[in-house]
Amino acid sequence: MRLLTHNMLSSNIKGVTNGFPLGIVVEKVIEKPVEMNPDFLKNMFAKIEWKALVDASRSMGYAELPDQVDSSMLDSVEFLQRFHHALLELHLEEGALVCPETGRKFPVNKGIPNMLLHEDEV
Amino acid sequence: MKLKQLEGLLGDLQQFSNPKVELEQYPTGPHIASRMLYTAENSFGDVSERVVADFGCGCGTLGIAAALLGAEHVVGIDVDSQSLEIASMNAQELEVELNLVQCDLRNLDFRGEIVDTVVMNPPFGTRKKGADMEFLRMALAVASQAVYSLHKTSTREHVKKAALRDFNAGSAEVLCELRYDVPQMYKFHKKREVDIAVDLWRFVPQGA
Repeated sequence: MRLLTHNMLSSNIKGVTNGFPLGIVVEKVIEKPVEMNPDFLKNMFAKIEWKALVDASRSMGYAELPDQVDSSMLDSVEFLQRFHHALLELHLEEGALVCPETGRKFPVNKGIPNMLLHEDEV
Repeated sequence: MKLKQLEGLLGDLQQFSNPKVELEQYPTGPHIASRMLYTAENSFGDVSERVVADFGCGCGTLGIAAALLGAEHVVGIDVDSQSLEIASMNAQELEVELNLVQCDLRNLDFRGEIVDTVVMNPPFGTRKKGADMEFLRMALAVASQAVYSLHKTSTREHVKKAALRDFNAGSAEVLCELRYDVPQMYKFHKKREVDIAVDLWRFVPQGA
C-alpha cells in the first residue's frame, strides 16, 4: 500500500468523529521505484493532507520531507523527487493501520489493509 | 496501446476460483473490460495520469486495465479477501501496480477529492436488490471526474433517474450496449451460458 492510498483512508468505526489520519505500525516496508510525473505531483500537492503524508513517511522510516511547505517548492526537482518517493514508491507491506480515536488496528498483510468492520463497529 | 492488445492481456488474467453467489461474483470479460477502459481513456481522457478506483474489483480486471492504460495510481476495493489475492497475483503477472483495500463499500469513507475516476462492474442486484445502486451512490460520492459502470439494460430508466435525482450526478449517459456473457458458474444456472444486455454508462458528478 502506497502512502497516497493512506492519505485517502480513514477509520469509519461507529461513533468515531475524526478517523483521519490512520496511524501506521510497521513490520515491513518495501520500495518499488516508478517513473516520476511532475504534473501529477503538482496536481496531487493541492489535494493531499501534507502533515499526514509527512508523519506517515516518518513512521515508514523516511524522514526527508519538510514539515513546512508551499507550492513554490514544486519548482525544485529535489523536492519533487522526495515527494514522489514518499507518495508513490514507499509501500507498507506488513503491519497495521491504527484508528486515531480508538486505537483499533486494521491489519495489513501482503500490502492489503483489511478495513472490514466488526458487527458492533458498523 | 491498441484495443486488441489490451483485450489480449486481460484475457490472460486469472478469474474467481471459488465464486461466491451472495456477492454476485461474475468475471468482467476481457471484451467488455477493454472496451470500457479504452473508451474512458480515448474518448474522455479519464484514465492516463489519473487516480482511478475500481469498486468491487474482484480479480482486478478493470483496475489492471486502467493501470495498463497509464493511470498514475489505481486502488481496487473489494470485500472478499480471496478475490483480492487473485487481483494481487494478476497485477504482479502483468507488472502493474494495483493498491488493494479490503473494505465493505458501504463503510468506505475516502477523504477529499483525490480519486478522479471510478470504474466498476457492480453486482447487478439480482441476488440482493439495490446492490448496484448502492455502488453507484458511493462511486458518485468519491469520483471527482467521472464514473464508468455497467448496469443491466432493462434497468436503464431507473439507473438514470436515481443517478440524476438521488446521487448528485450532473449527467448520466449510456455510451453503448454490450452483451455480457454469463458462464454457468453456479448451481442455480440451468443453461450452460447466457448473455444479457448491459449498458456501459458514464456518469459525471455535479460540479466536475
